[in-house]
Amino acid sequence: MIYYDKVSKVYPDKTIAVDNVSFGIEPKEFVTIVGQSGAGKTTLMKMLIAEEWPSHGAIFFESANIQRLNKRQMNKLRRRIGMVFQDYRLIPNKTVYENIAFAMEATGKNDREVSSDVPHVLELVDLGHKIWNFPGELSGGEKQRVAIARAIVTQPDIVIADEPTGNLDPTNTYEIIRILQKINELGTTVMLATHNKGVVDTIGGRIITMDKGKVIKDSREGKYIL
Amino acid sequence: MVFTTFKRITRTGFVNFWRNGFLSFAAIVIITLSLCAFGGIIFTSAFGRALLADVKDKVDINVYFALTSQQSDILSLQKEINVLPEVASTTYISRDQALTSFQAKWQNNALIMQGLTEIGDNPFPAALNIKAKDPGQYGSIADYLTSKNPLDASGTPIIEKINYQENKLIIDRLSRIIPVAEQAGLAVTVILIIVSVIVVWNTIRLIIYTAKDEISVMKLVGASNIYVRGPLVVSGIMYGIISAIITLALMAAVAYWSDTLILRLAGVQIAADFGLIVNVLSDYFRQNFPEIFVIIMGAGIILGGVSSYIAARRYLRV
Repeated sequence: MIYYDKVSKVYPDKTIAVDNVSFGIEPKEFVTIVGQSGAGKTTLMKMLIAEEWPSHGAIFFESANIQRLNKRQMNKLRRRIGMVFQDYRLIPNKTVYENIAFAMEATGKNDREVSSDVPHVLELVDLGHKIWNFPGELSGGEKQRVAIARAIVTQPDIVIADEPTGNLDPTNTYEIIRILQKINELGTTVMLATHNKGVVDTIGGRIITMDKGKVIKDSREGKYIL
Repeated sequence: MVFTTFKRITRTGFVNFWRNGFLSFAAIVIITLSLCAFGGIIFTSAFGRALLADVKDKVDINVYFALTSQQSDILSLQKEINVLPEVASTTYISRDQALTSFQAKWQNNALIMQGLTEIGDNPFPAALNIKAKDPGQYGSIADYLTSKNPLDASGTPIIEKINYQENKLIIDRLSRIIPVAEQAGLAVTVILIIVSVIVVWNTIRLIIYTAKDEISVMKLVGASNIYVRGPLVVSGIMYGIISAIITLALMAAVAYWSDTLILRLAGVQIAADFGLIVNVLSDYFRQNFPEIFVIIMGAGIILGGVSSYIAARRYLRV
């Protein structure tokens, strides 16, 4: 489904963030990418949604080379990827409802679908009662659940979560991971980046370990070894 | 689909305008100030034009005729002058009219009236008042009359005196000042417009800068450019419309206030006596309201909308 083909990323200040990385992700997989800060996890994910561009190599989404897509195709691709960020990136002057509705509207869903799906997905992340609150009125865990709701409401093929639990306490961390696992069980591919050992041990599944921009281990049933 | 998109963009623009209350307020203040500069230019040029027209109207030359000259000779000369291309209008003032208006003017001054009675005869010559289309043309009209030097039946010149020489100084000055004043006005206008456009553009850019994270999130969710930029442009247009309404209200207030101020300072009677130009701005505002409305409203919408459109561009490249 996704294939990183000898991808490298060198930033203008000559930092090598990703160094000749190749691996593939199958549909419905739950892939965890682990590694310390600066190992290249975030860059790897940013390149998948073309927020960053690889210096060498290519990234394929199904058969499409992401770097070759035009603007329109890029928008379409992004609608098939749900992105969850460590800092939530909710829009502060939109309510919870509007934050999620916006993602649906961007994909061209009609008003009826929007008004029926948004409350539904909020129930899924257990935030039905905060539908009219603004992000500033939510706790960190709640914000991240809204962000996940936004990522999955368009029924994407893959959800990418970059350190989604980085700012959360253990209880909320567990909650978020449980939601991601539920999404995966419902048939969505999940790609999760984390440096939290506890999280990795809870999840199990495929684990790709990165260090200094390189993949040093790719195990089907692994433990965090760093 | 197009309708849905339009509806969503407009709604989001309205909601953002309302929720970003302080930023909207700041933008409206800045755009209003710029539009006031536009309004000021409109008023200044209207007032300046009225003033110039008034002064031009007051400048004229008078041809005084010999007491012995015949009215028919004068009237035929008036006909000849009227067809000159430089001449705007001529007025014939007969000896009797000159006497009547003198008496009317000084009727309360016993000394002068007594002097007039002592002279016995009517001492006032007939006169021809000539207005030129342009102050610069009085010289050639005066030259024309001097060189023509019309004679009556007995061969005596009928023109006694042309007061062009007395008025020459002011006429010359005016014909030099007026074009310079017009050019300076144009230069000031252009500079003010450029400055206000730059100020508004930078304000809007700052406002959109504060939204750059939102813009990138929207882009990463897969929103097309129009979805991201549309609401910003709608908000920008709303800033412009509201600023334009405020500016028009201020202009109306200034127009009426300035008129009553002139009247109050000068007093109604004095203002009328000295022919002070009153009601210039309010008349101008009332008569040209549709044009003023279009200029101010158009400038507001363009300033707000186009600035937002362009300013959003650099953050859309995610």
